[in-house]
Amino acid sequence: MSGPIRVLVAKPGLDGHDRGAKVIARALRDAGMEVIYTGLRQTPEMIVDAALQEDVQVIGLSILSGAHNAIVPRVMELLRDKEMTDVKVIVGGIIPDEDAAALKRQGVAAVFQPGASLEEIVGFVRASVPA
Amino acid sequence: MKGSSTITPTAKRPFTTISGVPVEPVYGPENLCGFEPARDLGEPGRFPYTRGIHESMYRGRLWTMRQFSGFATPEETNRRYHYLLEQGQTGLSVAFDLPTLMGYDSDHMLAEGEVGKCGASISSLEDMEILLRGIPLGDVTISMTINSPAAVLWAMYLAVAEQQGVEWERLSGTIQNDILKEYIAQKEYIYPPRPSMRLVTDTIEFATRRAPRFNPVSISGYHIREAGSTAIQELAFTLRDGVEYVDWALERGLSVDEFAPRLSFFFNAHSDFFEEIAKYRAARKIWANLMRERFGAKDERSMKLRFHAQTAGCSLTWQQPYNNVVRTALQALAAVLGGCQSLHTNSLDEAYALPGEHAVTIALRTQQVIAHESGVTAAPDPLGGCYLLERMTLDMEQGARDYIRRIDEMGGMISAIERNFPQREIANASYEYQKAVERRDKVIVGVNAFVSDREEPIEILQIDHHAQDHQSKKLAALRSRRDNGLVRSSLDALRRAAEGTGNTMPFVLDAVRAYATLGEICDALREVFGSYQETSLV
Repeated sequence: MSGPIRVLVAKPGLDGHDRGAKVIARALRDAGMEVIYTGLRQTPEMIVDAALQEDVQVIGLSILSGAHNAIVPRVMELLRDKEMTDVKVIVGGIIPDEDAAALKRQGVAAVFQPGASLEEIVGFVRASVPA
Repeated sequence: MKGSSTITPTAKRPFTTISGVPVEPVYGPENLCGFEPARDLGEPGRFPYTRGIHESMYRGRLWTMRQFSGFATPEETNRRYHYLLEQGQTGLSVAFDLPTLMGYDSDHMLAEGEVGKCGASISSLEDMEILLRGIPLGDVTISMTINSPAAVLWAMYLAVAEQQGVEWERLSGTIQNDILKEYIAQKEYIYPPRPSMRLVTDTIEFATRRAPRFNPVSISGYHIREAGSTAIQELAFTLRDGVEYVDWALERGLSVDEFAPRLSFFFNAHSDFFEEIAKYRAARKIWANLMRERFGAKDERSMKLRFHAQTAGCSLTWQQPYNNVVRTALQALAAVLGGCQSLHTNSLDEAYALPGEHAVTIALRTQQVIAHESGVTAAPDPLGGCYLLERMTLDMEQGARDYIRRIDEMGGMISAIERNFPQREIANASYEYQKAVERRDKVIVGVNAFVSDREEPIEILQIDHHAQDHQSKKLAALRSRRDNGLVRSSLDALRRAAEGTGNTMPFVLDAVRAYATLGEICDALREVFGSYQETSLV
C-alpha cells in the first residue's frame, strides 16, 4: 500500500485520561502519518468499526484504568471475526508485565508501558507497516 | 548505571521551570521593581493572604493529612479506612471506581472490567452504609472525589449521617463536585455543561441552607495539571472555574458571603519547587482580590482561599519506583511551604496501581516527618521575601490574570469550554513538555537519564474480578428486597423536579433513601438532561 500510514488512536472503556492518547496522536501525525482519534469511551465494537471504515493499518489503544484484560481481548476477537487480522494493534498505558505478555500472546503487536519514548513508538509503528 | 552521558549538559540546557518559564541566572532587589510588600504580601492571616490564611499557620494547627483511598468493594475499603485512622491519619478521602464516577451501577454492561479498579464501587445507599460502617461522621471529616453524580453520592452520605443520628449541621467534609474541570481535563462528565452547572448550584444552595459546615465544591486544578497544563494554566483555569460557580450561585439568589466561605480549592503539588510555592501564594492573592473587588464580598472568610494539595501523580515513574518516595517528599514540602490546609502524598507504587498498605504508610509517614521533624512548621510562609519567589509569585499572578481576562472576554468558562479553549491550551502544553523530555531538555531520573539495567519488582495491589461479582450479587439482592413501587415513584418525582427549576437535592435524597441505585438516579436525570459528547480534537 502506498501513501501515509493510517492509524486509529482509540480510548476504550470509561477512563477519561486522554493526555497520553493525544500526545501519541500528535507525535504520529508530526511523523507524517494519517491519524484518526476516536475520542473517549469507545466500545470494542465502535473501535473495530471505525478501523474498518477508516481503512487503517494500525490501531493504538490507550488504557490507564486497569480494564485492559476485559477490553483488548474483545478487540482482537472482533478483528478476527471481521478478517482484519492484518491490522496491527498496539496498546499503551498502565499494563503490568504479566498482562503485557498475555496480550501479546493474543496477537497484540506491542505494549508500551509508562516511560516509553515517542521515538520508540513512532519507530515501531513505521517498522510494523509494510511500505 | 547508564544514560548519564546522554543528557544535555547542564550549561547548555535552557533554564526553565517545568512549565517552560525562563529562570534568570540570579535574583535580587532589581527584580522586584514595583513590588510593595504591604500591598502584595500583607501579614500572614491578613488580606490578600499571600502569606497564608492564618496568622500562626501550622503553629496553630497542622494541615489535615488526608490520604485519598478506595479500592474494590466497600467492605475492603472500609477496612482500609479503619487502618488509616489507626495510623494517625486525621481525615478520610474516598476514591470511587470509574463506573461510580460515571453514574453506572456495578452490573452495567459498560462497567465490565472496571469495578473496584480505580476506587471503591458504590451503587446504592447500602454500599455507602458499608463504606462508612463504624466511622463517626460527626467527628471524622470526609472528602469525596465525585463530580458528575456528586449530588447522589452526597445524598447517600447524608442519609448515612441520618442513620447515625448525626445532625447535618454538624457534618464537615467536602465533595469535589467540580464539573467544569471535567470538561476541561478529566473528562468524567455525564450531562451537558449547563444542566450539570444547575446540579452543582443545587448542591451549593442545599449545603448553604442545610449543611453549612460542609464544602459543597472543591474547585480543582489538580486534574488540569495532570492533563499536562502549565502551572499558570492550572492556576488560571481553576480560579476562573471558581468565578463561574460564584456567578451561578449569585444568579440563584444566594448572597456571596452566605456561600463563598465554604468554597474550597484543590491544587497539584508538582515537581518544580519554587514555581509551585509561587502558585499557591498567587492563588490566595488573586482569589482574595477577586472576591472583594469583583464580587463585593465583605466577610473575610469569603476572601480566604483554602486548599487541599496532592502530589503529582503524573510525575511518578514506573522505572525505579522507590525514587517516587523522594519526589513525593519534595512536592509535599512545596505544598506545606505554600500553606496548604490538607495534603495527600502519593505512594511509591501508584504508577502501577492503587497503593498497597505498606506503600501508603510510607506516604503518610512522609507527611509526618515534614510536620514533626523538618522544622518548617514553626513560622508562616518561611520563604516570604525571597527575591526569586516573590518575582515568580508576581509573574504567576500576571499570567493567570491574563488568562482570566481572556476567558471573561469569551463570555465565561462554559463558552471557553465550548470553544475548546482550555482543552487546546492544555494539549499544546503537554505535547511541548513531552517533546522537551524527548530531547532530554527535561530530565526524568530513571526514565530518560540515570537508567538502571536491572530493576527489582515491587509488590502491587491486584484487584481481581471478585469485586465485580460481589457487587453485582449484592445489587441483585437489593433490587429484589426493596420496595420497588417506592423506588419508581421517587424517580418519577426526581424527573419532574429536574424538568422544573427548583432544587433537585430533596428529590435525590428521597430516591437514595428508597434505595434507588446510582445508575437508576443518573438515568432519570439523563432522560431529562441528555448526555454529553465532546468534540474530540487532537
